Amino acid sequence: MSKIVIPDSVLKVSGLGKIYGPITDGAIERTGSQVGTARDHQTGSIVAAWDVNFEVAAGEALGIVGESGSGKSTVLRCIAGDIDSSVGDVRLSTFENGEANLLTLDAATRRKMRIDQLSVVYQDPAEGLSLGVTAGGNIADPLTAAGWRNFEGIRVRARDLLQRTEVPLDRMDDIVRSFSGGMRQRVQIARALANNPRLVLLDEPTTGLDASVAAGVLDLIRGLLEEFELAAIVVSHDFSVIEMLTERCIVMHHGRVVENALTDQLLEDPHHPYSQKLVSAARA
Amino acid sequence: MTMNAVHNGSHLDSIVGEDPGIPFALLDEESKREIRRALLHAVCVPGYQVPFGSREMPVARGWGSGGLQITLAIVGKTDIVKVIDQGDDEGVNAVNLRRLVVTSTGIEESTEVVESTIIQSRHRIPEDEMINSHTLVLQVPVPEPLRGVERDMRELARMHSEADYSRMWVSLYEDKVRNGVITQTTGYPCLVNGRYVVATTPIPRWDIPRLHDSQFLTLFGAGREKRVYAIPPYTLVEPLTFEDVPFEVEQANGAQCRLCSSSESFLVESPGTNGDAGTWTCSDTAWCRARRIK
Repeated sequence: MSKIVIPDSVLKVSGLGKIYGPITDGAIERTGSQVGTARDHQTGSIVAAWDVNFEVAAGEALGIVGESGSGKSTVLRCIAGDIDSSVGDVRLSTFENGEANLLTLDAATRRKMRIDQLSVVYQDPAEGLSLGVTAGGNIADPLTAAGWRNFEGIRVRARDLLQRTEVPLDRMDDIVRSFSGGMRQRVQIARALANNPRLVLLDEPTTGLDASVAAGVLDLIRGLLEEFELAAIVVSHDFSVIEMLTERCIVMHHGRVVENALTDQLLEDPHHPYSQKLVSAARA
Repeated sequence: MTMNAVHNGSHLDSIVGEDPGIPFALLDEESKREIRRALLHAVCVPGYQVPFGSREMPVARGWGSGGLQITLAIVGKTDIVKVIDQGDDEGVNAVNLRRLVVTSTGIEESTEVVESTIIQSRHRIPEDEMINSHTLVLQVPVPEPLRGVERDMRELARMHSEADYSRMWVSLYEDKVRNGVITQTTGYPCLVNGRYVVATTPIPRWDIPRLHDSQFLTLFGAGREKRVYAIPPYTLVEPLTFEDVPFEVEQANGAQCRLCSSSESFLVESPGTNGDAGTWTCSDTAWCRARRIK
């Protein structure tokens, strides 16, 4: 596996791991890509992710690909703090000068960090939005959390974000539950950008949308990543999403990273046998 | 065998002993002490909702049992009590609660703020000036200001502990967007001492400015929800509002009290008959009466 050195990385993930169930000696050796399972047959523990290392620079999007259950979303949710990780070290260069391990933050500090440092766009908009609140209100939430107290100021900012994410402004004061799936996803992206985060985590952002809507959302995400110089992680099982949004990606299999490569290179010339299988299946 | 012994009347008498009579202020000393401890905690952390062991009272929960327990826990033999309901000393609930306090303590009652030391109320702060010799006891139906935006108790506790009130702000934002103005009238949410958001339930917005930097101590009691909280004297109380959406109290444009012709007190409207316009009267009856005598 070739080591790619990133100058000025925004995010640095080292030794990230998550095990469900008791951690016993040899559990790591009894699981993984080569063994062909993430489940330790001796204890029943699931090694959902282990020894995950990568860096992401500003303006760069890293893809995580792999089949269902390979640990991609686990990695993303550990970084976001939605689930507690078992081990590892995750640092954001813009948070506490990169001196704080995000994985060991207490819940209150993590919540504060997520206000303006890190946003997540979930596959299901219901997870990232309050469906009973208007589109504008959903953007007002992170803004007021960051201390915005001017009603017109919030309106202007919400309008600007919805315009950028191509949500019709005459829908701004409608509750999100009345929106189509694609438009909900655009509102979720607008909300994620509200406080100019340095890092955006996108978990299957277009899965569940029909092809033409998904293409529009992908275009939008790509434009925004460039415009705001965002660091991003894109989790997807869909190679067309990875190809369109990312320059580099890692391949996960049974909780382990099996390949770390430039996206073009991976798609043209995958090295690991599992990557080859994955790419040929996607290209078939 | 034990059961038989209990059913034997004479034996029961020997267990209970001599009837000690009704204790001063109805509650036993341990109960009063427990409520006072909760109140001390509440005063020390302004706006924080302190749980307490709400007792069964001779009034139903939701009918002022929380305020009543506070009054009974703090009342002393030299106190003078005033109880109002909707600003009215003669409301049925006010009369009953006052009678209970007075008969269980033997203290004096009054309708005059200036004579009183403890003023128990549900919907109003009296119009008259209150000073540091007064304690205002408010009966609270719903002590949780965030109840409208969150139901999960653990999540509510987390939001308060982290001062995470963004969803409260979102609800104010939504209110303004939908209605053009912030419509919440009674129980307007206020930030106390720059830290905790409280429900000022259920006094009208009109009374909110009276809580800020007040000379008097305000104690809130919710019997059904088993919570007390406090706004000590000289405490910062800020109604939550956007910088560019000023907090406004209720206005009845040009209305005057039918009895005392006041336009500077909180007025309530009585509907007119036969399609006539309604008439207005002071909500605070004692204040209105005093004005008429003058």
